[in-house]
Amino acid sequence: MSFYSICKELNEAPLDTIFASITEADVRRALAAPSCSREDFLALMSPAAVPLLEEMAQKASRLTQQHFGRTIHLFTPLYLSNYCSNHCVYCGFNAKNKIVRSQLELDQVEAEAKAIATTGLKHLLILTGESRKMATPEYLDQCMEILRKYFPSVSIEIYAMEEDEYAHLVEGGVDGLTIYQETYDEELYDKLHPKGPKKDFCFRLDAPERGCNAGMRVVNIGALLGLGDWRKDAVITGMHASYLMDKFPETDISVSLPRMRPHAGGWQPATIATDRDMVQIMLAYRIFRPRVGITVSTRENAAFRENILPLGVTKMSAGVSTKVGGHAVDDEDSVGQFDISDDRSVDEMCAMLRSRGFQPVFKDWEPIFDEAAGGV
Amino acid sequence: MREESFEIGGLKLKSRLFTGTGKYADDSVIPGVCEASGSQVITVALRRVDLESDTGNVMDFIPKDMQLLPNTSGARTAEEAVRIAKLARAMGCGNWIKIEVISDNKYLLPDGYETAKATEILAEDGFVVLPYVNADLYIARSLVDAGAAAVMPLGAPIGTNRGLKTKEMVRILIDEIDLPIIVDAGIGRPSEACEAMEMGADAVLVNTAIATASDPIMMARAFGQAVEAGRAAYLSGPGAKHSMAQASSPLTGFLSEG
Repeated sequence: MSFYSICKELNEAPLDTIFASITEADVRRALAAPSCSREDFLALMSPAAVPLLEEMAQKASRLTQQHFGRTIHLFTPLYLSNYCSNHCVYCGFNAKNKIVRSQLELDQVEAEAKAIATTGLKHLLILTGESRKMATPEYLDQCMEILRKYFPSVSIEIYAMEEDEYAHLVEGGVDGLTIYQETYDEELYDKLHPKGPKKDFCFRLDAPERGCNAGMRVVNIGALLGLGDWRKDAVITGMHASYLMDKFPETDISVSLPRMRPHAGGWQPATIATDRDMVQIMLAYRIFRPRVGITVSTRENAAFRENILPLGVTKMSAGVSTKVGGHAVDDEDSVGQFDISDDRSVDEMCAMLRSRGFQPVFKDWEPIFDEAAGGV
Repeated sequence: MREESFEIGGLKLKSRLFTGTGKYADDSVIPGVCEASGSQVITVALRRVDLESDTGNVMDFIPKDMQLLPNTSGARTAEEAVRIAKLARAMGCGNWIKIEVISDNKYLLPDGYETAKATEILAEDGFVVLPYVNADLYIARSLVDAGAAAVMPLGAPIGTNRGLKTKEMVRILIDEIDLPIIVDAGIGRPSEACEAMEMGADAVLVNTAIATASDPIMMARAFGQAVEAGRAAYLSGPGAKHSMAQASSPLTGFLSEG
């Protein structure tokens, strides 16, 4: 069984009717329960929970501090390539968009790695557009040989792969996989992905599970909030995370809450997830699964990122550029995947975190995969 | 009074409170915690150690006179724990190692079988091995056979601050295992640390309860005092418990007079 059967069931369930039937008393019961069931999670995600956000925040904050302390794990993305073979209507890298396409040469990868390493960051997320023809598995291997000299932890956010391909990357030092379903609404997914390999809903949906099977230490999932009904997508994301946590107890499962941002394609979101909605989702995730990692990117603005710090966040990006390179290799013509809202440097992020009583954590992993990678 | 001595790996320790380095809002509080608690042993997750960092490293905040107890947090198998331990030694963290092998991220319960395997390999390799395990007599016996320097049973799952939930099992380990028993994980209040010490535990390890307190230094002091009080109570031989009231001036005392 894969998550698909659960996803299908949730897509067919009358979620609106279920949400409408949930009362404030149900939410209070969910908040008082020693552990949060799926029904409790739905209650926390329902409109009836909105007046109780402060109570939810108090509980979520306590749980976060208990399980993660007052620490925030920092990382930064490195865009290796923006070639893409997909036609996702909401993405700046869409194959049809007339943007400058580029891919880092290996010496440029090294220059980028050195520049990022000088900021002190030790956790890197490498991204490519979804062109397997350009950012080939062999190219990724070559990049990893360089990057693992500088970073004890490297995650990937690339096109969906087969399990043996993920396993090969794990052997090469990749220890984390980020892959977003974009929307869990299968019908909408089909419309938003008119062409390209990403059109295969199930292959994408099962990619996190293949990553877990392949030995990825950290697997991060999410929906791009705003593509469809944010509440439905957030609920199914939470269920997906919970499914993975139960099936792969040895893997660290994280969720991201990306919201649609302006981008080169000009396509605009169907629905808007407000700050209040974002907070409700985050609190519900934390209470539902207290040990799930929660990532907040620089899609969100500085003030919002600061205000949600105590609510459940465990990972944040810092010193971000969504252009190919962007740290040492500066191509003025290059276009980012989306516009960021928080362009603070790593130092500025650290100063902010400390001023708010949080410790920025740069290094949270020691590579132990094999001797070639520096293990003993 | 019983002789008061506490020795692990050839090192005599006065303090029976071990502390940790995780979860602090700011690592600069660590020296104050060490001083206030009186602790002499401090555990640190090797995965967080970054000796190359110019921007601050947890090791910079650990007082030089503390006994370092690197842990294998992140290890999911015995093999990974062994690799981390060897890496810690190669990095200059000494030969003490706290074995943590956890492959269940929901409850963070230790894998006893893998822990015993790692303990055997590392003890043979000259490490002073302190394994973190469930409070289980059979696992504890296998650790004795494997060459552990102490046994560290959990009081409750890591980070829960739920107290000494495994009290009866820990009591059995104290009675049966001829190694120091250090209650690790779950202790949330100084009174609970005191209770473990009163029972006869040799030491306790406390991290979350101190690190997440509003005033970690004051809480560290409270734990230090509680551990001392509990130890003193244990050594003093507390009176027996009775279900009925016991008069301090017995009614039949006259029978032995004259």
